Amino acid sequence: MDLFAFIKPKNELEQQGTEPETKKPYVPDEMWTKCPECGTLLLTTDIEENLQVCSKCNHHFRLGARKRIEIICDQDSFEEMDKDFSSVNIIDFPGYDEKLKKGMEKSGENESVICGVAKIRGIRTVVISMNAEFMMGSMGTVTGDKITRAFEYATENGLPVVAFTVSGGARMQEGILSLMQMAKTSGAVKKHSDAGLLYITVLTDPTSGGVTASFAMEGDIILAEPKALIAFAGPRVIEQTIRQELPKDFQTAEFLQDKGFVDKVVDRRYLRDTIGHLLKIHNYEEVTQ
Amino acid sequence: MSAYDKVLAARSTKKLTSMDYINNLFGDTFIELHGDRGFADDKAIVGGVGFLNEMPVTVIGLEKGRNTFERMERNFGAAHPEGYRKALRLMKQAEKFHRPILCFVDTSGAFCGIAAEERGQGHAIATNLLEMMALKTPVLSIFIGEGGSGGAIALAVADEVWMMENSVYSVISPEGCASILWKDSSKAAEAAECLKMTANDLFELGVVERILREPSADDGKMFESLKLLICRTFEKNLAIPGDELADLRYKRFRKIGAQE
Repeated sequence: MDLFAFIKPKNELEQQGTEPETKKPYVPDEMWTKCPECGTLLLTTDIEENLQVCSKCNHHFRLGARKRIEIICDQDSFEEMDKDFSSVNIIDFPGYDEKLKKGMEKSGENESVICGVAKIRGIRTVVISMNAEFMMGSMGTVTGDKITRAFEYATENGLPVVAFTVSGGARMQEGILSLMQMAKTSGAVKKHSDAGLLYITVLTDPTSGGVTASFAMEGDIILAEPKALIAFAGPRVIEQTIRQELPKDFQTAEFLQDKGFVDKVVDRRYLRDTIGHLLKIHNYEEVTQ
Repeated sequence: MSAYDKVLAARSTKKLTSMDYINNLFGDTFIELHGDRGFADDKAIVGGVGFLNEMPVTVIGLEKGRNTFERMERNFGAAHPEGYRKALRLMKQAEKFHRPILCFVDTSGAFCGIAAEERGQGHAIATNLLEMMALKTPVLSIFIGEGGSGGAIALAVADEVWMMENSVYSVISPEGCASILWKDSSKAAEAAECLKMTANDLFELGVVERILREPSADDGKMFESLKLLICRTFEKNLAIPGDELADLRYKRFRKIGAQE
């Protein structure tokens, strides 16, 4: 897109009463996004076209759960499961009802995860996509239950699972019941695995706590997006506990790959092909309509 | 006692530790087995084999230590990944010989530090959850003090979970919860109430099967009855075919928070 298309002629600015010294491009703010990594001003539409990746430094902006499905799955192939499931304040935790309401408003979703069946490069796959906009992707009982049911569906139907994680961990407003979801989802992963089926996880920024310590780390193949923060305990908690500075690039996807906990860091723009390729290597076949 | 009183009681250094339980239940039949075969021997987790009455049992416990020196050595019961990996190694060994597994849980949480992250704390816990769910041998976990989040559940994917009356089990410490939610860790007592983390709360939520009266160190009778109770539970579960037992374990967790 031509940058100058947005700059109105000088005389027009003057007519609007703007001082001539404001030679800054006259464009609404939302049209531009500053890359937090390299500081480049990017056209928001360009970022979107580039799958929310900075064209200058490859910084991966966070991606919504729906958008994730859109860029990974074949067009219009996604069929959602358990869409209407939504959380209630099961242990009467103060303020939780409002948090849920806000999460729903902000994300436009009922929960912190979207599950369903889709085709990826023509291959039928169960897709699990977590949503940072819903209470930071925290795992409550409904989140855990949806994920469990998605795995059970995949096991019954002989389908592979691809899970995109983004989460602050277990949802403390549901107390112990959220912690139990770590065991429950792990059990569902195990049954799927014992049936000889493939499970790929894609860790995205940030994946931490109870999600890292359960289904996120249980994939046959663990991929991660560049520079994604992947942790059990978050960096701030560690700094407070040990009172020392953390090494550079600590807990990034690249760091975890170096330490042997991530199979491959994959640029978002190659993710769809990589996943499709891995599915084919595991003998899953394309389905013709 | 308020919920926070229970938390403080659970943390009390006067409390019996896993080693106390192991010594009282197994006596000199206990043989400790060390190491994860990959990196090191994590002293925050003790494990080994012994006889419970006549029954061979694998026993694993998160151990805080009984005096200052021990507590330092055992990292106050906060395990590193190799601790959880050692526990899993011993559990798989127990499964091979169809021996029941007894776990004691007492930890403020899995250790958070640079080394723990570098060696995959999340991965170690995740692997335990996944593998424990499928163990074809009986598993019983008893909470004897603190049950801190992921570090506790990594030894508590069991057929039954029992809690001492003054033990707690929570997704987050009340201090952590208060400081995240209300930016004020001094509201821990309030958070402890909200989190529903006492043995009674958890029993009501259907997360634990049994609340036990706590033995004191010299209470031989109490330990005898505890031994009997554990043996009966293991005998009952040993009679169930391994696959079926693992399936029952999955169903035990599967129903928590099930929507339909």
